[in-house]
Amino acid sequence: MAYLLQHVVNALQWGSFYALIALGYSMVYSVLMLFNFAHGDIFMVGAYIGLFVATGLLALGSAGAVALPNWAVLVLTLILAMALTSVVGMLVERVGYRPLRRAPRASAALTGLMIGITFETLNLALLGAKRRSFPALIETTSYQVAGVSITNTKIMIVVISLLLMLALDQFVRRTKWGMAMRAMAVDIFVVPLMGVPINTMAALTFALGSGLAAVAGVFFGQAYPVLEPYMGMLVGWKAFVAAILGGRGSVLGAALAGFLLGFIEIFVAVVFPSTLRDLIAYSVILLILTFRPYGFFGEPYSARLRL
Amino acid sequence: MLTVENLRVSYDRIAALHGISFHVEEGEIVCIIGANGAGKSTTLRAISRLVPAEPGSKITFRGENLLRYPPEKVVSQLGISHVPEGRRLFDNLTVMENLRLAAFARKDHQQIERDLERVFSIFPRLKERITQKAGTLSGGEQQMLAVGRAFMSGRRMMLLDEPSMGLAPLLMMGVFEALGELNKEGTTILLVEQNARMALKFAQRGYVLENGRLVLAGTSQELLDNPDVKKAYLGG
Ligand SMILES: Nc1ncnc2c1ncn2[C@@H]1O[C@H](COP(=O)(O)OP(=O)(O)OP(=O)(O)O)[C@@H](O)[C@H]1O
Ligand SMILES: [Mg+2]
Repeated sequence: MAYLLQHVVNALQWGSFYALIALGYSMVYSVLMLFNFAHGDIFMVGAYIGLFVATGLLALGSAGAVALPNWAVLVLTLILAMALTSVVGMLVERVGYRPLRRAPRASAALTGLMIGITFETLNLALLGAKRRSFPALIETTSYQVAGVSITNTKIMIVVISLLLMLALDQFVRRTKWGMAMRAMAVDIFVVPLMGVPINTMAALTFALGSGLAAVAGVFFGQAYPVLEPYMGMLVGWKAFVAAILGGRGSVLGAALAGFLLGFIEIFVAVVFPSTLRDLIAYSVILLILTFRPYGFFGEPYSARLRL
Repeated sequence: MLTVENLRVSYDRIAALHGISFHVEEGEIVCIIGANGAGKSTTLRAISRLVPAEPGSKITFRGENLLRYPPEKVVSQLGISHVPEGRRLFDNLTVMENLRLAAFARKDHQQIERDLERVFSIFPRLKERITQKAGTLSGGEQQMLAVGRAFMSGRRMMLLDEPSMGLAPLLMMGVFEALGELNKEGTTILLVEQNARMALKFAQRGYVLENGRLVLAGTSQELLDNPDVKKAYLGG
């Protein structure tokens, strides 16, 4: 029993990464009818930005300039990584996707893949092929609860991730920007007639998604402290699957599907050899999708595709 | 108030408007009638900047070059709202959200609340349905919401693309009555209709659009009496 509970805790943490990343895929897909295939690499960029901010702040501390306590370094790292990665996301939208808004969707998909490869290659070129370790920003304490070991890092990762998802959900439901995003999901062509600047909305959508990916990146650095240029590929594709599974336009769906993916992967590995993990995990997903082709909470309203 | 000169618009290099010119004065109700594919919707879209006008086209609104404005600013700064063809409500948003979204760029919060009340006093049916998703409204209610939405977004001028489409005669009268009221309160109206009889009864002046060219202009009475118009658009 304790053995299984231990996996639940791990699955929650692992699911947080998928969920945070899936939200970025899901929002962009919903608002702009676009799969941003560079999103996994934006997660990687976010992790590296977090790494540089954190090491920079720690170096400042040891140089005697401003010695911040580690929790403050973590908070600042999260905030700065979110902000800077949002800028990266907005640049990707501006340079990569905006010129293709009316182009066939396949061109946009190719562009996304290209942007992703560019990020990976740039990383290799600028930083070399070595792995880098992310400094631990909180001293790990383990709590033993009913035979299960839970670390404070895991609690923090899961709780902050959930809070951010909740905040995003409220933003989309209650603010006028969220309303505009939901409107763009069904009819981007007439949204300007409401006085809504759609370029600003597109930038905002990318900024939000990239910010969440950066949080996932920093947390990933805390949980598995090794970063490498291709770290975003597999995680990115899986988060994409979670976004589809969640249903177009659903924050709740993408979050739930992210966690579900974490659970399926971890528990499949409990029962089967880990080499078969992905094969079995994604067969399960495929099976779910055959019964729910629009995902968990896909809106039944279809998008209008022309003026 | 609105002057259109030599307006040309193409879709994928196929011309839809071949250089049309017309004007609408402040407080007027003007209609453009024409058959399917004549270019009526395209004309309104060009004014709203949803489709680009070709070089050489000129549109001025209250003395300003309208073509300098992006679509969202045509609404929020010039005050020109547009009820698009087929209503195009946001089906996944509630009635209230549709109305509030239309006030996206407005900062006059108290006036927004008063305007909402005004919309509900013109269309009481909408008030009973504020939490209902727009996609589940009846056709008539949807048209009311489309007009209400335009009312919330900009009110100097309203562009209406076939507001009578799909409505039973009684509902249609209701919608036009409401539009007439808005006009009396100062909203200039440019109306585009296939239902020529209805449009000409409602408007003071009209234009006839054929294959992307304006072929006739006149007061509504002149057009109603014109034998060509009678034959082509009024059923004999
Ligand atoms: N989005 C579009 N892409 C390509 N061509 C278009 C598009 N919209 C309209 N057209 C073409 O432009 C011409 C004018 O169309 P428009 O919709 O303005 O006509 P309309 O007078 O509004 O017709 P209706 O009464 O049927 O609504 C038509 O030949 C039409 O096929
Ligand atoms: Mg039309």
